Amino acid sequence: MDLHLESITHRYGDLLVLEGIDLEIKSGQIVCVIGPSGCGKSTLLRFIGGLEQPDSGNVLQLGDPPADSLNPLTYIFQDFALLPWRTVEGNVSLVLEDHGLGGAAAARIIEDVLARTKLSDFKKAFPKQLSGGMKQRVAIARALAVKPAVMLMDEPLSGLDAQTRELLMDDLIGLWTRERITVVYVTHNLNEAVRLGHKIVVLSRRPGRIREIIEIDTPIEQRTRGDAALEEKQVLLWNLLRDEAVAADMELASG
Amino acid sequence: MADPTTHARPVEFRGGGFSPKPIRALGPVVFVVLIVLWEIGSQTGVISALVLPAPSEALAALRDLWVSGELWLHLGASLQRLSLGWTIGSVLGITLGLCIGLFSTVRAGVAPLVSAIFPIPKIALLPLFIIWFGIGEESKVALILFGTFFPTVIFTYGGIDNVDRGLIRMGQSFGLSWFSIVRKIILPGALPAILSGMRISSAIAIILIVAAELIAAEKGIGAYVQIAGSLFATDQLIAGVSILSVLGLTVSWLIGRAERFLLRWRN
Repeated sequence: MDLHLESITHRYGDLLVLEGIDLEIKSGQIVCVIGPSGCGKSTLLRFIGGLEQPDSGNVLQLGDPPADSLNPLTYIFQDFALLPWRTVEGNVSLVLEDHGLGGAAAARIIEDVLARTKLSDFKKAFPKQLSGGMKQRVAIARALAVKPAVMLMDEPLSGLDAQTRELLMDDLIGLWTRERITVVYVTHNLNEAVRLGHKIVVLSRRPGRIREIIEIDTPIEQRTRGDAALEEKQVLLWNLLRDEAVAADMELASG
Repeated sequence: MADPTTHARPVEFRGGGFSPKPIRALGPVVFVVLIVLWEIGSQTGVISALVLPAPSEALAALRDLWVSGELWLHLGASLQRLSLGWTIGSVLGITLGLCIGLFSTVRAGVAPLVSAIFPIPKIALLPLFIIWFGIGEESKVALILFGTFFPTVIFTYGGIDNVDRGLIRMGQSFGLSWFSIVRKIILPGALPAILSGMRISSAIAIILIVAAELIAAEKGIGAYVQIAGSLFATDQLIAGVSILSVLGLTVSWLIGRAERFLLRWRN
């Protein structure tokens, strides 16, 4: 299933936040969206998953999602969005219950996704007992449980410390290599973008427009820390973003 | 680095404090000391028996109640009114609070009314209750019901307003039904506030039982206190009031247990 964004424009009141966004998201690709703060990248992600509607423009699904996909467009949130009163297991089961999956069928899925995210030993733990990295892995397990066609990730590593971020990034790379899920990945971290993205969409400051789309051909599993070609791309991205970021910063400072 | 001409001294500690620590024995000790002082005061005549009866006299009144078996009669009658009024008040209150929390029209229409009636001392409405519900059990239960209903409504919808919107959005993003979101996300999220409301409303119910039993009641702790008061039998008055205090402590302890169990994910 591909996704097609057609001239998406949106305002909050009088404030134009996104203007004329056209974008193609091909099946099996990781598309990273970067831009200065307040450029509307998270808003764009909410449009893609149908949590909000743009003033004009369309988000189109091209083709049907796989038949076994329970929730084709599935989010991973920056703040994890786990129910604090449910255990790890309960949080995963939450998203299966409404699909009439309970008992043994649900237990099998839960077992499977927790094993894939290395959480089998923490089934009965409450979110409060887990570290940030583990919480995000629970959220990933929950997302995997509904067999998404597209994962919509909203700064999934931004709430974590640098070491956990590196570890989880490796997990994400491993996950994608196995499953080849389509991913839209919103971030403000350029390093994450060049490590994970097949396609990096650079948005301008508000109102967000597409400034540039950069493609990286190196297969994701072959990208290594400190790779010279990737460093180069990262510098290129920074040069693109720098002025926008400075201007966005001044805008906020002057109210 | 160290300059031999300047003298070294430890950095002054200025942290600490502002974190209450549990000191288990102190509360009961203060309580016992007060009672003992009071008893000594009464025995020596420093506290006149007219002003305040000795604790031993109040205890004797309590024993009379126990021995005659009247204690259970009074307690039973009060507990029945309390539990009936408080339960119905809480159920209705949570229901309306939920509706205000979930539906904009109900909120706009009813919330101001609730806010307007909430601060009225319900005791002032006692004559109306007698006219509406007669002088039987109904009016007594109704007074307690009315008194516990409004705080429950306010706590419930306040709790719903404070449920993390991110969790609701998460539920929507996974395609949960409206009903599931209410049952599995909104209600558990509002539960801490609902339980706080129950704590408050149970105290209100105990305050109101005395007023409720003003209405032609022969049985009930409130009635016992009323009769003792009108006869200036201050030993019985103190005995009755301490029963109410113990009742309040018990209810609050029970709610504490319920909180510990239902909100165990917080610890």
